[in-house]
Amino acid sequence: MRITVTVDGTAYTDEVEPRTLLVHYLRERLGKVGTVVGCDTSNCGACTVHLDGHSVKSCSVLAVQADGCEITTIEGLSRDGQLHPVQQAFHDNHALQCGFCTPGMIMQAIDLLADDADPDEETVRNGLEGNLCRCTGYQNIVRAVRDAASRMEPGSGPEAEQVAEQTSVAGGSRAEVRQS
Amino acid sequence: MTATVEPEVGRARLRKEDARLITGRTRWTDNISLPGMLHVAVLRSPMAHARISNIDVSAAKEASGVLAVVTGADLADEQGSLPCAWPITEDMKAPPAPALAVDTVNFAGEAVAVVVARSAAEAHDALEAIDIDYEDLPVVLDMNEAIADGADLVHPDLGSNASATWIFDSAEAGSGGDVEQAIAASDVVVERTFRQQRLIPAFMEPRSVVVDPTGEQITMWSATQIPHILRWMTSAVTGVPETKIRVIAPDVGGGFGGKLQITPEEIVTFLLARRLGRPVKWTESRSESMVSAHHGRDQIQKLTLAATQDGTIKGLKVELLADMGAYLRLVTPGVPILGAFMYNAIYKMDAYKFVCTNVFTNKTPTDAYRGAGRPEATYAIERMMDELAAELSMDPMELRRKNWIKHEEFPFNTVAGLTYDSGNYEAATAKAMEDFGYDALRAEQAERRERGDAVQLGIGISTYTEMCGLAPSRVLGALSYGAGGWEHAAIRMLPTGKVEVITGTSPHGQGHETVWSQIVADKLGVPFDDVEVLHGDTQSSHKGMDSYGSRSLAVGGTALVLAADKVIDKARTIAAHMMECSVDDIEFSGGSMKVRGTDTSTDIQSIALQAHVAHDLPDGVEPSLDSEATFDPENFSFPHGTHLCATEVDTETGQVRIRSYVCVDDVGKVVNPMIVEGQVHGGLVQGIAQALFEGAVHDESGTLTTGTLADYLVPSAADMPSFTTGHTETLATSNPLGVKGVGEAGTIASTPAVVNAIVDAVRHRGVNDVEMPCTPMRVWQAIQGGSQAAAGPGGTESGGGLGSLDASQGGAR
Repeated sequence: MRITVTVDGTAYTDEVEPRTLLVHYLRERLGKVGTVVGCDTSNCGACTVHLDGHSVKSCSVLAVQADGCEITTIEGLSRDGQLHPVQQAFHDNHALQCGFCTPGMIMQAIDLLADDADPDEETVRNGLEGNLCRCTGYQNIVRAVRDAASRMEPGSGPEAEQVAEQTSVAGGSRAEVRQS
Repeated sequence: MTATVEPEVGRARLRKEDARLITGRTRWTDNISLPGMLHVAVLRSPMAHARISNIDVSAAKEASGVLAVVTGADLADEQGSLPCAWPITEDMKAPPAPALAVDTVNFAGEAVAVVVARSAAEAHDALEAIDIDYEDLPVVLDMNEAIADGADLVHPDLGSNASATWIFDSAEAGSGGDVEQAIAASDVVVERTFRQQRLIPAFMEPRSVVVDPTGEQITMWSATQIPHILRWMTSAVTGVPETKIRVIAPDVGGGFGGKLQITPEEIVTFLLARRLGRPVKWTESRSESMVSAHHGRDQIQKLTLAATQDGTIKGLKVELLADMGAYLRLVTPGVPILGAFMYNAIYKMDAYKFVCTNVFTNKTPTDAYRGAGRPEATYAIERMMDELAAELSMDPMELRRKNWIKHEEFPFNTVAGLTYDSGNYEAATAKAMEDFGYDALRAEQAERRERGDAVQLGIGISTYTEMCGLAPSRVLGALSYGAGGWEHAAIRMLPTGKVEVITGTSPHGQGHETVWSQIVADKLGVPFDDVEVLHGDTQSSHKGMDSYGSRSLAVGGTALVLAADKVIDKARTIAAHMMECSVDDIEFSGGSMKVRGTDTSTDIQSIALQAHVAHDLPDGVEPSLDSEATFDPENFSFPHGTHLCATEVDTETGQVRIRSYVCVDDVGKVVNPMIVEGQVHGGLVQGIAQALFEGAVHDESGTLTTGTLADYLVPSAADMPSFTTGHTETLATSNPLGVKGVGEAGTIASTPAVVNAIVDAVRHRGVNDVEMPCTPMRVWQAIQGGSQAAAGPGGTESGGGLGSLDASQGGAR
């Protein structure tokens, strides 16, 4: 089947098998290997990307279902060398060790912050329940997400890191915000 | 050039590793794609024990895109036997361990055939066309039954399911008395049997191997902790000269001992690439990982602890059964033996005896998992200390204090024959109890008990130590281990003043690039950012023993210090020549070589350039400042600490909630406190997960019913509390940095703290044990029926999830 998708700002038109999962399409056809596969039961969340601004586990979406959609992966978050505030917060708070869960964890954290701009600890923990990490014990991930929330408050940081009120903070939308 | 102003060692440097990892610019093995690369899919046995009577691969060979279908019989002449490097006794029984099963399968999940195809999807499709006839053989699952007379045998040729029995007796070793005499002479004897359930390491990156045979050397990329050992063992198994093999561990997504292995799939992929002359990749699914990557723990522990009425410990007897699974993998037999020296823990006692029998069953092989033998030991002794305290009606901390080694008694020769170099259990405990609010929590516990509150409070203690920094080579030799325990480092001083550090350790999340840079920046007085750390490629990092056993800093970091000292010594000679003074007059500090008492100086970068161009060097001095060093430790290092856990146990539902968790660890000198704290957090969660959630469960036919992340409960953020961590710093005396190691501490310490807290909460209801994982059902059953209903070996109930749709597998989380 023929699909057209926009991934990290680039348009692609491809023939794909109907059974092809979005994550395999991203990795194997587009070379977007920053998004990884950690399980086969949709439990680990390592493959989380944004589909039209909302987080999805890309192992649970068929490539054909993404036809006409805009997809943002971990590789599309930073622009011109400037990290997304959640990426920066993960670095600053030592929220990763081996880093395998990190792409999915960051994409999910961004989605979480779009729903709740100032989550408390319990909200963050519940919001990340679908993403497993075996290294960090989660404490620094929780700290990083809350730290990112404080940085992303309007007026709290450099203009480039601010979140426009009318848009989602999802990666795809952020690019627009930064360019405006 | 500017020298570093603030010392790097001790500083919470943010990690160099992060820049790539947070942007998706990664090199996991599965990311590697080579021209003409083929893909492997593995067919695994659904049977735990069966004879293969027929394999028909004809239809699979006809499938689209399939280049080869290979069975064990096809590889029998070249696959050799997977290595076991640790024959613990001279008479140890060890079966042949083919990478692909040839005529029998011995565990469900064992590889029996592989398809090589153009794409991974085509390879997996073709697996379905392979037809195998199995003839059932009796399945051996229970360790006690396995060693009983007349038991069915996993490997009939061996004549027994008992692989080996390993004994340590302090009376024979001369490190203590006779344990039976000590028991007979004691006032109080406590006996308990604990079940260390089987765990699955569950690193987040599934294993993957790419082998490229198109160069002069066959290059193998693997998601491994041990590239150097993998190269050596691949050569040993296949007969391909080591010089023709290059192994690269690129970005590796966690290991926890689970990637301390020479896997069947590594060997098979290597042989297929060689046979087909094209690059070949194998990447496992999570389900394959759960069933076929080695498991951990799985012991039955019988403990006898003897003491006088005043609480003075006299002797300890440990009788273990350790489940090997179906085969002996790389260090399988030695894992329980690593615990043998730790059951006496931080306590003084007169006599100690340890007897461990390793047992074959028709299950996935076991091997190292975070802590490897030491968590089992620590769990047992720390649980026993609480049981003895209850028996004597003593406060469990008071009992520990009465028996532990006092700080002024170090170095201390233990009853297990080790020499603990340093420690201060009093200091760590005092700080932990203060941070925890021990007395206030005890008061609240009494109040709730008095009131008959449905939710009872329990306090659990774990005052652990561990032996790490593996390991003195002579000790490994004495234990019949097949390799040494040294580590190597090299430093290249480049003409531009930049520094390349080469290490034989192989990080997979620990942050060695950052920490090694900190150490070298301090030693040489160069900027942190000028140091580049190379690792994990046997071509550039040609010598090493890799990363496991909390060894990398204590052993590999020390090699680094020694290599840096050699650079400085040589630079001093050249600096004296450059500045026309005596070597004895050179003072080195902060990267600057200064002539004592003058303003004349030069910096190490300038000396590196002089050494490199070699236009004017002193007589007999070779060009370049490069150096290398190998460090073989004289002793283990012994981190310790005090962990305190408060749990709230709902007596009506059995639900356990961790209310607070405080730990104070003494890991010696802390190079990077941020990274140390992260290691502790992660370790705590893995240990707590053993206490509360995780357990690999097999049904009566030997099928793993916890074979996905829906069934095997790796905890999420929502399942875990926040922790209060702290540390005391008693320097190790066994290495110049004073470091001890931190990778395993949290996991070793936390499991007994949690279970002690649960038992403490409901001890007044007649409970003296709850088998792990302490699910709500087990806790509730223990409260209803007293301890024995829920304790002891044999329980199969585990968590929820897909496999648990079968009601016989028990409750949900």
